[in-house]
Amino acid sequence: MTPRRRRMVLVGLILLGVGGAVALALTAFQDNLLYYYTPTQVAAGEVPNDRLFRVGGMVTEGSFRREPGSLEAQFVLTDYESNVTVSYTGVLPDLFREGQGIIARGRVARDGRFIAEEVLAKHDENYMPPDVADTLRKQGDKRVTTPIATSTVESGAE
Amino acid sequence: MIAELGHFALILAFCLTLPQAFFGLVGAHARKPHWMRVTNGAVAGHFVFAAVAFACLAYAFYVNDFSVLYVAQNSNSALPTFYRFAAVWGAHEGSLVLWLFMQAAWTLSVAGFSRNMPQGMTSRVLGVLGVISAGFALFILTTSNPFERLWPAAVDGRDLNPLLQDPALAVHPPMLYAGYVGMSVPFAFAVAAMLEGKLDSIWARWVRPWANIAWMFLTIGIALGSWWAYYELGWGGWWFWDPVENASFMPWLIATALIHSLAVTEKRGLFKSWTLLLSITGFSLSLLGTFLVRSGIIESVHAFASDPSRGLFILVFLGLCIGVALGLYAWRAPRFRSQAGFAPISRESFLLFNNVLLVAATGLILLGTLYPMFLDAFGLGKISVGPPYFTVAFLIPMLPLAFLLAPGMHASWKRATFERTKRLLLTLFAIALVLGIAIPLVVYGWHSVLTLVGVIVALWIAFSSLIEPLQRLRKRQSLSASVLGMSIAHFGLALFILGATIVESHKEEADLSLAPGQSTEHAGFVFTMNSLREVECPNYRAIESEIVITRDGERVAMLHPQKRIYRVQQNPMTEAGIAGAWNRDLFAAMGEPLGNGAWSLRLQYKPMVRFIWLGAFVVALGGLIAACDRRYRQRVAAEATSPAAAADAKPA
Repeated sequence: MTPRRRRMVLVGLILLGVGGAVALALTAFQDNLLYYYTPTQVAAGEVPNDRLFRVGGMVTEGSFRREPGSLEAQFVLTDYESNVTVSYTGVLPDLFREGQGIIARGRVARDGRFIAEEVLAKHDENYMPPDVADTLRKQGDKRVTTPIATSTVESGAE
Repeated sequence: MIAELGHFALILAFCLTLPQAFFGLVGAHARKPHWMRVTNGAVAGHFVFAAVAFACLAYAFYVNDFSVLYVAQNSNSALPTFYRFAAVWGAHEGSLVLWLFMQAAWTLSVAGFSRNMPQGMTSRVLGVLGVISAGFALFILTTSNPFERLWPAAVDGRDLNPLLQDPALAVHPPMLYAGYVGMSVPFAFAVAAMLEGKLDSIWARWVRPWANIAWMFLTIGIALGSWWAYYELGWGGWWFWDPVENASFMPWLIATALIHSLAVTEKRGLFKSWTLLLSITGFSLSLLGTFLVRSGIIESVHAFASDPSRGLFILVFLGLCIGVALGLYAWRAPRFRSQAGFAPISRESFLLFNNVLLVAATGLILLGTLYPMFLDAFGLGKISVGPPYFTVAFLIPMLPLAFLLAPGMHASWKRATFERTKRLLLTLFAIALVLGIAIPLVVYGWHSVLTLVGVIVALWIAFSSLIEPLQRLRKRQSLSASVLGMSIAHFGLALFILGATIVESHKEEADLSLAPGQSTEHAGFVFTMNSLREVECPNYRAIESEIVITRDGERVAMLHPQKRIYRVQQNPMTEAGIAGAWNRDLFAAMGEPLGNGAWSLRLQYKPMVRFIWLGAFVVALGGLIAACDRRYRQRVAAEATSPAAAADAKPA
């Protein structure tokens, strides 16, 4: 083989390998897309029941419930249009509290509750999931605060 | 007064970038030596004023000048002095001042260490750096002035974000920025080479130490960030594939590809256009990264729109940098065609694979990071890409890369036959195979094939990176700093792979409830909560629990995890208790009170987790050593014995 032919073979092999790898990676990409829904969409049943997704909203005041000594918690997530009951077992993030905007990842159980595998709260007390802010803005609500870009650190509890 | 002085210094620093850029670029183009000499003066002046601006801001923090808006927003009189200093780069405006200062320091170093370069080249490099500094200074002055006054002055400040009140995070941004900014130096060299239309081995030799040092800072910065996330965010993960992390990791991957491609350009005069492209990409991704983080676009595009002037400036600047550089590349790169060839099995091929795989990994991470933002920006829905994607997408190109590393290190240029090292490499592989299967199985038990593969490849890399240094040592031959640095960096990588593989396979986590006096068993250890008590500190109060860990009745460690409430911002914060040993961490973080005196706790057992950061620091050390190779300073050394230095050397 001439050096040129050999180099073509080499390039061909590389392309083949890279192509295969990209195909594999794109499959992983498809499988790991997490869609974001609002409590309204969850309440209307517009959400997938076979895969994980995220739902974001504000934790309704007075909705947090937990048996003493138990790790299982239940609370209501709202976008001020509809409500979703979320249940989660485990340690909640530091900034989780009633009236705070959070994002939960999980799926809907048969009884309509959202079973969260992970709850995220932003390290910014004024944080509001963007969709909730949009909804409130449409309603002319003054609770909308401009997100402050000083901290983009997310704290999660898996 | 000090604030106005700082603002004025900032304006002067900006003004001086203009002659730096003009005389640097135009002087070199018109071949006017006295024009080019002006550049050096401008560089020095720019550095002085950038330093003064930085010092003024630091001073405003030091004296708690709450009439400065930025200080009032990010500091507090109860904040310890050390963190008051770190608060300078705690938010957007100050971190840009730090960026400008770093840029000035890098530029000054380039000017100082460039005596072995022709004046035209130096001048062009400084000119390009001048354009970048000008962009940044203008950005600060027009959109993000840190010296803005607050009238009437605040009685006290809003305090530094409690998450940032931590030693590792105080050092993390300067390191990361030094790396980001450092990437502008190879970029400037690339643009200068394209302007000059000349790119040879000597050019690569000038760039290599700079690329190495920038890469070293990036490595340290990322490792510190990961270490901080591990213990300060409180949840014991060391990498989350968060967009903020990806933003720093992508330039690192490209910088890694660049330092390898530069080796080929220096030694064989090949991969020239590719090296140029990597230099451009590396800096562009650095810019993209900082701006993704700092513009708030990651939070949501709506935050981006909350200050449209900043976002617009960023986009235009980024577009100009990439656009001009790529335009120049399209115009000039065809000139840099290389003639030399190489056999399919040669060091060139191995390094080619290295580059292709690293760039592929970067591309896949870029896709996962930017895709959700694009969809959001165009109103096509809100999605996020889960961490499992990144793990898979990263491992696909990195696994073959890891296996190619050991032979690649010992392949010779042009055509590799492995005559000398074939048997040794295969023997080492056999040993790695046996140990890599036996040790994890005996110590930790079965987890998955991937675990064994990870350990095997880590051992193989570790062993074969020692071949060269040990052989030279035995034969009492000298070892160049670049070979030593390379060996050390690869050994560090092996440590990292080992740590990451073991901890991800055999970590044990549990969320549970524990009250004083109760104990629980986790990962073979017994965790007993002795007591809960309240702790008062100047800027926070905390509830602290005392947890004793025993194994087979013997005391192993005592942990004091805290749940803190910072007084000013009133945010709760988890301060994890960690008992570290070389082969494992025991980790306890407090959740929240569950009633009846019980608290939710997260307990973790993290085997070999320290190898992750140890490995990263060894990698960085390798980069530093390689950058100190004598051949990069040879002509400087020759000149140092000439008049000026000789005068200094006279005994006093």
